[in-house]
Amino acid sequence: MTTLSDPPQDQGFRLSQLIYDTRYRSITIQVIAMIVFMLIAAFLIRNTIINLSALGKDINFSFLSSRAAYDINQQIIPYTSNDPHWRAALVGLLNTLLIAILGCILATVIGVIAGVLRLSKNWLTAKIMTVYVESFRNIPVLLWILAFMAVLSESLPAPRAFRGEDATASMWFWDSVAVTNRGTYVPSPVWGSGSSVVIIAFLLSLLGIWAFGKWSNRHFEETGQHLPNFWIKLGILIVPTVLVYFVMGRPITLSYPELKGFNFSGGLHMRNSMLALWLALSFYTGSFIAEIVRSGILAISKGQTEAAFALGLRPSWTMNLVILPQALRVIIPPLISQYLNLTKNSSLALAVGYMDLRSTLGGTTLNTTGRELECMLLMMLIYLIVSLIISSGMNIYNKSVKLKER
Amino acid sequence: MKKSVFLGALTLAGLAAGTAMAQDSSTLAAVKERGMLKCGVNPGTPGFAAPDASGKFVGFDVDVCRAVAAAVLGDSEAVEYTPLTSAVRFTALASGEVDMLARNTTWTFSRDVDLKNTFVGVNYYDGQGFMVPKDLGVSSAKELGGATVCIETGTTTELNLADYFRVNNMEYEPVPVESFTEAQTQFLAGACDVYTTDASALAASRASFENPEGYVVLPEIISKEPLGPLVRHGDDNWGDIVRWSLNAMIAAEEYGVTSANAAEMANGTDNPEINRLLGVEGELGAMLGLDNAWALNIITQVGNYGESFEKNIGENTPVGLARGLNAQWTEGGLIYSPPFR
Repeated sequence: MTTLSDPPQDQGFRLSQLIYDTRYRSITIQVIAMIVFMLIAAFLIRNTIINLSALGKDINFSFLSSRAAYDINQQIIPYTSNDPHWRAALVGLLNTLLIAILGCILATVIGVIAGVLRLSKNWLTAKIMTVYVESFRNIPVLLWILAFMAVLSESLPAPRAFRGEDATASMWFWDSVAVTNRGTYVPSPVWGSGSSVVIIAFLLSLLGIWAFGKWSNRHFEETGQHLPNFWIKLGILIVPTVLVYFVMGRPITLSYPELKGFNFSGGLHMRNSMLALWLALSFYTGSFIAEIVRSGILAISKGQTEAAFALGLRPSWTMNLVILPQALRVIIPPLISQYLNLTKNSSLALAVGYMDLRSTLGGTTLNTTGRELECMLLMMLIYLIVSLIISSGMNIYNKSVKLKER
Repeated sequence: MKKSVFLGALTLAGLAAGTAMAQDSSTLAAVKERGMLKCGVNPGTPGFAAPDASGKFVGFDVDVCRAVAAAVLGDSEAVEYTPLTSAVRFTALASGEVDMLARNTTWTFSRDVDLKNTFVGVNYYDGQGFMVPKDLGVSSAKELGGATVCIETGTTTELNLADYFRVNNMEYEPVPVESFTEAQTQFLAGACDVYTTDASALAASRASFENPEGYVVLPEIISKEPLGPLVRHGDDNWGDIVRWSLNAMIAAEEYGVTSANAAEMANGTDNPEINRLLGVEGELGAMLGLDNAWALNIITQVGNYGESFEKNIGENTPVGLARGLNAQWTEGGLIYSPPFR
């Protein structure tokens, strides 16, 4: 009598095994899913091509080198309406990057402060931060952008109000800053001849501060003596630069905004569209970062704080030296997605007339050339590349702070 | 589960294929089958296209949509209006979301040829102008050097503006805005000194201000902006219908056919041109694939060109535009219909 549990004989591969054999079934399903996916993709692409040719349109990127013919108000690189469309797109891209970088910095600062303060033992501070986080996190960012813009353009005085004897508005900080409903004008540096020497001196003193810090740490470890680090560093930062500045005959001067004609001229013009977009994106993303920071801090066990207190560290030192460095490991990965979100949300800029990539390449260029598909594809590609660069950069930083396992 | 997803995908693909095919067939058949004309209009330019107190779209451009609906469906109210911003209008037309555009759109070479549109005529000859607050003390556009200018993005006016200031060697600061209403808000808040767009729209916008006397439209007209209805390339019969619906309104004014006397004239007149227009003589309607009373329907339900003009944007309305270039050719204007023959 043979047993019923004979091992199955190797009878070679049968087609039914593709469905009934668990070893092959998952592969079968994946292959089918893949084929279906490819079919749908092929159908969509074919449909697009057929529809485009029915409309008599082709896919052609040569419009990028034709004359753009429109003006852009905020230019990081020189641009006139005689420049080609690709340069207009580049100006827009730089404006996008500017708002992304400024936004990420400010959002991080706001987020860290709000996140830490939300854990504060001070009842009022903690509640104010809760209100901030919940109100910004739960209202769409587009509304915040429009709200900031409305506040800036409706409540601030027009440049006209600064004119004449009975001016209803006045400039701030000894006539150096003008806050108007068209933007804020601040003094800007004018780099005269010899200013490069001053800058080099300044960079050298930064290097000096770094070198002194290393030496002072070693000195502390060897002798146990505390030096007045802060004052020495401040001295290194200021004294040589100021000396060189006067020796070179004060090459760097400031250009102050002045009311000329319709507007202020001179100084740096920070347009309200930029300020509104920057502040709204920063406060919005900052509220998410605050929650990430809070969760990162809460993830560090209370024992760490108690141990630090037992060693006699002050609360601020405990936070800076013990808690935050460990919390960073938890904070960094979700922070990357917040930076990506902020960068992508900056494409809402058109709502307030900030000329970013979406408003140049995806706005006026698209409208005047009528190349919707090309502009959209190009824009998606650029945002993809920018996002990948940000996330790979942040991943490198993440590797450097994460727990080193030996 | 897998199966239902697969079937779902198949259905979706089938639906998409269906839509793709429907686009190939004629627009006229589609409109008749739907019993509704889909017309793209401006979201809100008083006088040209704006919702009235009851939410119904009215205006000079809207009347072109109504005329086409009257010609094709015999009912000028059988129109579904799609408010479109200047940025999305051509995409909406090309994708078949609307059957036609009557949205103060400037007829230009590249829009006609490169964007594959067919402009069927001009219903308003316009030009770009500037509006400033009176207390700015500016009397000519040549004095606008250094000014901040509000401008709708994606329009021909944006390009004219750049050219005008460059040619006249003046600096300016463009403030791009997305819509007509947004431009008004910014302008009234003083966030820009100057608002520039087609002179007709400036007049319309000034009419809607709380204090119209505080603002002046400068005398310079810096561009030619022939505004007219358009359809997409590829359906010439539909293009003909929209073109001759507009021409019927224009010809009716020229021959003195009005909404009041059209029904009476349809019994026959001495003028063979009027007889052909109103379908008493000849088979003009059938040639378009329409009822022979197509033009009669337009004139009785919508009125002739002059009636529409006076009702919506004429001198007795808040917009208060003079006929000017838009008078009949017999009265020194440019409005001219080819003969109905």
